[in-house]
Amino acid sequence: MVVKAFFPTCCASADSGLLVGRWVPEQSSAVVLAVVHFPFIPIQVKELLAQVHQAGRVGLAVLGTWCHRRQEAEERLGPFLEGLGAIFSHEPWLQLCRERTSGLWSCKATRQQGPTRPGVKDQVMLVFYDQRQVLLSQLHPPAALPDRQAGDATASAEGLAAVFDTVARSEALFRSDCFDEGPVRLSHWQSEGVEASILAELAKRASGPVCLLLACLLSLISAARTCRVFKLRPLSFIWSKLSVCGQLGHRLEQLALVFSTQKAESPAQLMRKANVLVSVLLDVALGLALLSWLHGKDRIGQLAEALVPVADHVAEALQHLLQWLMGAPAGLKMNRALDQVLGRFFLYHLHLWISYVHLLSPFIEHILWHVGLSACLGLTVALSTLSDIIALLTFHIYCFYVYGARLYCLKICGLSSLWRLFRGKKWNVLRQRVDSCSYDLDQLFIGTLLFTVLLFLLPTTALYYLVFTLLRLLVVAVQGLIHLLVDLVNSLPLYSLGLRLCRPYRLAAGVKFRVLEHEAGRPLRLLMQINPLPYGRVVHAYRLPSCGCHPTHSWGSLCRKLFFGELIYPWRQRGDKQD
Amino acid sequence: MEDEQSFSDICGGRLALQRRYYSPSCREFCLSCPRLSLRSLTAVTCTVWLAAYGLFTLCENSMILSAAIFITLLGLLGYLHFVKIDQETLLIIDSLGIQMTSSYASGKESTTFIEMGKVKDVVINEAIYMKVIYYLCILLKDPVEPHGISQVVPVFQSTKPRLDCLIEVYRSCQEILAHQKAASASP
Repeated sequence: MVVKAFFPTCCASADSGLLVGRWVPEQSSAVVLAVVHFPFIPIQVKELLAQVHQAGRVGLAVLGTWCHRRQEAEERLGPFLEGLGAIFSHEPWLQLCRERTSGLWSCKATRQQGPTRPGVKDQVMLVFYDQRQVLLSQLHPPAALPDRQAGDATASAEGLAAVFDTVARSEALFRSDCFDEGPVRLSHWQSEGVEASILAELAKRASGPVCLLLACLLSLISAARTCRVFKLRPLSFIWSKLSVCGQLGHRLEQLALVFSTQKAESPAQLMRKANVLVSVLLDVALGLALLSWLHGKDRIGQLAEALVPVADHVAEALQHLLQWLMGAPAGLKMNRALDQVLGRFFLYHLHLWISYVHLLSPFIEHILWHVGLSACLGLTVALSTLSDIIALLTFHIYCFYVYGARLYCLKICGLSSLWRLFRGKKWNVLRQRVDSCSYDLDQLFIGTLLFTVLLFLLPTTALYYLVFTLLRLLVVAVQGLIHLLVDLVNSLPLYSLGLRLCRPYRLAAGVKFRVLEHEAGRPLRLLMQINPLPYGRVVHAYRLPSCGCHPTHSWGSLCRKLFFGELIYPWRQRGDKQD
Repeated sequence: MEDEQSFSDICGGRLALQRRYYSPSCREFCLSCPRLSLRSLTAVTCTVWLAAYGLFTLCENSMILSAAIFITLLGLLGYLHFVKIDQETLLIIDSLGIQMTSSYASGKESTTFIEMGKVKDVVINEAIYMKVIYYLCILLKDPVEPHGISQVVPVFQSTKPRLDCLIEVYRSCQEILAHQKAASASP
């Protein structure tokens, strides 16, 4: 049976001593965590191991001896080390040895009891691992580990996840360094000096009161928001329609999560908090950059000056379109009377719209200037405002679409019902199905007449509906692109991506092995390295939940709605009431 | 112990199989593809640049030439970093697992490690793809069903060696797996 010994690379140059770690019997592997140097008192070593066991619920033991010797001297250390096997009995007893000059390794693992002969040696395979990296890294997918309070249940971590788990739980062992005057002298990754950073410590101390303050502020803001909105009916209606408000609400929730005074329970929650914080900071930075760009060189004035001519231009284009529809569009022959009625109606509506825009034109610059200030809250807020401005400026297209759609829908409903009458059938509302029905002669006569009228008026209405639906879909597509960009900024986990770029060992997809140079007769030595998570999986695992403004219907249902003239609301949130 | 032999892949190209026996429980198989040939690189570059020059004489816009250079450079870098695989390695370690590494022409290495506890068996499968081809694959155990297979992981997907090469690798892997099964069967 091959015994795998996981040996930390930092201990390869340590002086001789005892090996301390954990034995995993299911995989017959020994995870060495530290080396205890001479002189030591066995009772104190056992006390230290008991302390670590209590702190991290991991069963450590003395696994064997480590001998780092020069060739000639310290031959007398051999029998002394073997005698230690009697004090700290462990099955199997590891004896690792390295020669200082040649760097050659030799390993032995002896068992005293067991089904085979006592004193038999097992084959040992050495796997070197970087202790610091294994301690700090997180395996994805996380092995399903039981609660820390549920006793010494660390054995359920399977395979190599057990190694990661063992190192992570033994943090208490790594707290002492060579400058401490403790009873036991250890060698591990932190024995040269415990790692800490002043900035991190200061941030930790400051974060408590800062979080408290900001959490109070945010709770005040959300309280103010909830009490006002439900009072006034028109305000709540506008609130639900504007996407800026949705975005602001989303950001408020995220900030409340980040600055909540509760500590993060799992590493995933901590990552989420960090991602949200970095995302908000980047957003605000980009927003401030946009603000400085907008307010410099009188760009707002230029924008305001350009806005009214653009609106005029669009209105003119629409007028040309309506004139074209009122004539013989694409060579199709329209019903002249209906055509003229619809065309004149839409032209008058357009004229009203243009008058309103001209009425607003002196105030546009001021409005834009104040709305532009909202960019300091973030780029996403600025983009949502842009989307809302586009929606407001193309309101007449929306109105035209609604009129056309309603007219078309009525026509389709009438046609389908009269078609049933034409065939002598009727819709049974009670049974929700089509039933046959005997009509009177005058009913049939009038029904057929109306059917014919509606049928021959269908092309005209359908054409108007088609044209305005296409325009509306164009506006919706532009708004959709802006929302996509906002979603991207909202949901991209920037902190995780940065971590993957700069500290790839923190996010581990698995491990990889490399065979180190091998001589005949020497044990096999492998180097275990962390295999980092690919970028796609990082984004998938840590992406933040977005606003939820995805269209709720598929392409099929969209086409069906378009065909039957039902109104489409692409930005309807799931919980909203129908208009 | 190192050993090198030359085989051919399913398209007829030459492959080199390097076998390293580190110990009775650890073996490595390394298949190397032929490198990027200068001839094909020159041909592609000349075609792209001639096409760009042709467009330039039509449009008189010098941006097309810079765009062509840019596209060629980016395309070459992308090809070397993401597409062209130089070497595929299979490392099988008794009682630890099986590791597959693909090294790209730009030096990037992509590694997958499967623990021995998840490996059910290593087999050679037949596939019908315009002709009959053979590929080596690793069968993974299903955690729910003891005799089921949850996944089939093909090995040497880019180098695609022929059956003779696969048989060599298969025999070695089976020796180690048999050893592993014997060890896990005994308490």
